Amino acid sequence: MLSHIVEELPQLVVNGLVVGTILALPAIGFTAIYAVLRFPNFTVASHATMGAYAGFVANVWLGLPIVPSLALAFLIPALSGLLCDEVVLKPLRRSSAATGPMAAAIAAVALTIALENVIRFVFGNDLRGYDLPVYRDWRFDLGFAFLRIGPQQVENAAISLAVMTAVFLFLAFTRTGKMMRAVADNPTLASIKGINAETVARLASLIGMGLVGVGGMLLGLDTSIDPLTGFRAVLTVFAAAVVGGLGSIPGAVVGAIAVGIGEELSLLVLDASYRTAVGFVAILVVLTFRPRGILGERAY
Amino acid sequence: MENYLVAMAVFAALYGMMALGLNVIWGMAGMINLGLVGFMAVGAYTSALVTVRHATWPMWAGVLAATAVSSLAGAAVARITARLKGDYLAIVTLGFSEVVRLVASNEIRFTNGTDGISAIPGPFRGQVAPATFNLIYLGLAAAALLLVFLLCQRLRHSPYGRVLRAIRDDDQVAAVAGKPVLRFKTEAFAIGAAITGFAGALYAHYNAYIAPEGFVPLITIYIVLALTAGGTGTNTGAVVGAALVVAFMEGTRFVVAAIPGLAAVQVAAVREFLIAALLILVLRYRPRGLFPEHHRRYPIPDERR
Repeated sequence: MLSHIVEELPQLVVNGLVVGTILALPAIGFTAIYAVLRFPNFTVASHATMGAYAGFVANVWLGLPIVPSLALAFLIPALSGLLCDEVVLKPLRRSSAATGPMAAAIAAVALTIALENVIRFVFGNDLRGYDLPVYRDWRFDLGFAFLRIGPQQVENAAISLAVMTAVFLFLAFTRTGKMMRAVADNPTLASIKGINAETVARLASLIGMGLVGVGGMLLGLDTSIDPLTGFRAVLTVFAAAVVGGLGSIPGAVVGAIAVGIGEELSLLVLDASYRTAVGFVAILVVLTFRPRGILGERAY
Repeated sequence: MENYLVAMAVFAALYGMMALGLNVIWGMAGMINLGLVGFMAVGAYTSALVTVRHATWPMWAGVLAATAVSSLAGAAVARITARLKGDYLAIVTLGFSEVVRLVASNEIRFTNGTDGISAIPGPFRGQVAPATFNLIYLGLAAAALLLVFLLCQRLRHSPYGRVLRAIRDDDQVAAVAGKPVLRFKTEAFAIGAAITGFAGALYAHYNAYIAPEGFVPLITIYIVLALTAGGTGTNTGAVVGAALVVAFMEGTRFVVAAIPGLAAVQVAAVREFLIAALLILVLRYRPRGLFPEHHRRYPIPDERR
């Protein structure tokens, strides 16, 4: 039993790292939107799917290589995310009727179903795959275990890391990035300093959903895509955001990697189909013992 | 056709009960629940498991067990998240319904997986003509709806219901007034989940067949739409809203099917889109529903006198 675990462990950790690195992008998008707009935007599910399909159209129908396709997988969900927020969700967040601020969260669930069905209307329910060159996996002999790594996996993780680095540089060093962090940190103080919260909110929706879209396409590159691609990943994305601390961007990265590895390690004891349930259990455990997550602020 | 209308009336009653359940959670206690379909599935599966798959309990015992189990599930979910911001409850409930579906699809020995459970017993099923069975069940569902409705009315107008509404409007004020907010919230959530599970069990016994793909998030949207369209906070609104939602769902079936040149998957997509869009429109333009909750206003006494 023990030797079996030792043999499996390196492979599972590597797989978890790759999955976690990819899922960090939608988790950053979700948590960044939460940080600025203060509500869970559940349209991450359909925007991840939308990114996957935008990339599919660019890659398969237009014949573009992967990296330019990813640009489209960013752009389309980004614009859709902005539009959805402006037209549907923002007016609901503002209305202080009996339904309260939670109306926007409910509307977001309805909206994600609506968008998912727009995609289904156009593309149908069939599984679709990207046009990718087939590589042979690299194999490593570690002495006590064998490791198999697919070049596509490495490429996806590298793309994700590059996008993440860009996001961090943007937030840390540009004026706009600092404005966004200021609003997330203390909206009142930010508005006293003359920061336009409207602009920052629009940027958060735009960039957040764009990252979600890129994440959706990277997920699709690994397997195939269908209208539920985003929905299946959404529990893991929530788990990443909550475990890391809702509203904390570094937290989302840490959370995504922790949940990614946790999900893979669960394969040692659980059936593969329970992988996403691990994310849910992680949410419950974190909310019970440390609701603010690893790097978040207070949660009540 | 007559049979079809009776079946729709049964569904309207079932959705009416679930909307009443949501009204306790959201309309009275102000807590969000985006995983209603999960509690419905817990109820449906509990009753199906004990009446046909793993035991042969009578139907009433199965429904009772379903109510108990779903209320425990509700209490557990609420206990963990009730002290946190509503956003966490939204995430956890949404996740809960997904995990329920995941377990139902994968615990094949326990739930028969994606093949579902069939031959769930119903009162006099097989002994009478299907049309008569439908009518009997309509009577049963209507009685159950009336029972739940009266219960919710009692709850709403009792001191207990008043505390819940106080918590909804401002839980800090309620806490200052010495009300154990956490306990009230957990109980309200458990009551609402119990009602939803009860309706779920009745659904299983009516349909005779349940499968994981029958418990999709769209059902949660139906229930939220029923309550919101009727009027959040009022029990009459929940019941009327449910009837309207079923009428709308069925109406789209005929209208969308009449559009020429659509594939079956496209027809389904258009219908789901319309339901989701309708909820968004109602939330935006009729947030208080057709039967808004009345707030009695007490004028502030004139200070000069």
